[in-house]
Amino acid sequence: MTQATAAAIRGRSREGIAARLASDLRDGFVVNLGVGIPLLIPRYIPADVEVILHAENGVLGLGPPAGAGQEDPDLTDAGKQPATLIVGAAIVDSATSFAIVRGGHLDVTVLGALQVSACGDLANWYVPGKNPAVGGAMDLVAGAREVWAVMEHVDRGGQPKIVEQCTFPLTGRRVVTRVYTDLAVFHVVDGQLRLKECAPGIGPAAVRERTAAPYIEDLDSGQD
Amino acid sequence: MIDKFRADPMAALAPIQSGASVAVGGFGSSGRPDTLLDALCDLDRRDLHLIVNNVGSDFTGIGRMLAEGRIRRLTASFPVLPEFYDEYFGGRVELELIPQGTLAERLRAGGAGIPAFYTASGAGTMLTDGTFPLGYSADGDVAEWIPAREHRVFGGREHVLEYGIVADFALVKAFKGDRMGNLRFRLSARNFNPLAAMAGRHTFAEVEHLVGTGDLDPDDIHLTGVFVDEVLLASNLSPRQPAIARFAS
Repeated sequence: MTQATAAAIRGRSREGIAARLASDLRDGFVVNLGVGIPLLIPRYIPADVEVILHAENGVLGLGPPAGAGQEDPDLTDAGKQPATLIVGAAIVDSATSFAIVRGGHLDVTVLGALQVSACGDLANWYVPGKNPAVGGAMDLVAGAREVWAVMEHVDRGGQPKIVEQCTFPLTGRRVVTRVYTDLAVFHVVDGQLRLKECAPGIGPAAVRERTAAPYIEDLDSGQD
Repeated sequence: MIDKFRADPMAALAPIQSGASVAVGGFGSSGRPDTLLDALCDLDRRDLHLIVNNVGSDFTGIGRMLAEGRIRRLTASFPVLPEFYDEYFGGRVELELIPQGTLAERLRAGGAGIPAFYTASGAGTMLTDGTFPLGYSADGDVAEWIPAREHRVFGGREHVLEYGIVADFALVKAFKGDRMGNLRFRLSARNFNPLAAMAGRHTFAEVEHLVGTGDLDPDDIHLTGVFVDEVLLASNLSPRQPAIARFAS
């Protein structure tokens, strides 16, 4: 495949992807952050943007990870790591936590992806042959108003992760609304991928070469 | 007089027989009723169907039950412990893997007398289309599949039918409780505990602090004692840092 032989290029770092996504969060959003790159996002949320972080285990208003000496076994994030609360935080039970998700009260769920398909299918919960565990991923993608996938544009072998059809087991069908990668930002509109912007120093041709799904080039003017 | 307090966990849990279904609260080790789980192990109960979000990351709590071979089936969203999967793929434990929100709502629904409900969670995935193995045989073949869900379209979206869960017993943990069974949880240790308590036909709660009736303000009770049959004291309190000592009674 041409993608595998494409010359190495350097787009955004993991921190750069997180910062780019953080700039799209709006004041008042209720947001769930998955593991990996999404956990880098809070440090890049502008000071004048107040965001409520939701954790599956019933926390609304998650603060930074607990530092040494601050840990409390009764307060963890969804990754079971010691957590803190912001002032104004609230605690609910797991059914209410997912009522928030399922009922459309969560503005954005940001999660890592193995693959995203041309129509917005997401695969991120299970690599066959490994140990299956789903957690709240399927509820989050089915329920959140916006599903923002954040990932490297290609896998470690250089293969595209934006594909015509997912080959990994699906987390949800036609659920992704945006994709943020090291190379580009896509939106999914009416079941169709649209390339909205390229990372600094990355041209549309480089994105095309590393994307295995059809998409519409719809670059915003004035963007880098 | 209503007095649901019991001093001896082994005596209290004796009616739980091998083969029972047991809903258990907790998210990992947070809010997990380890005193009750240990008592069930000490009673040598086996062949249990546990409904609990996680196995955990070590051999305490649910992990101890796994290590001692007491689990027949696990209904969970996130087992985690690698040794659990050895048992699953080896055909010794069944895994009913379901989305976490669906698990929480199935427990709530069961406890609320709702036999089934539709949700979009998991629609169009292998957890609802009959292609995920519930269990394996000893030679590694799939012995049984998680049944395919009934599908129905609402508002143009596909949903799946999920059944409420009613368990023979429930084991939960709370921060404070009184002899009426009223419970108050603490921070994110609440998680699945109220839902597991509702789903149990007979529910045991271990509490860190047994308080007098009236010590819990009626408006501050998270779960009414109506859902709780027996109250015991947790034997192992988690070590706490001074910063949060103000929450202690």
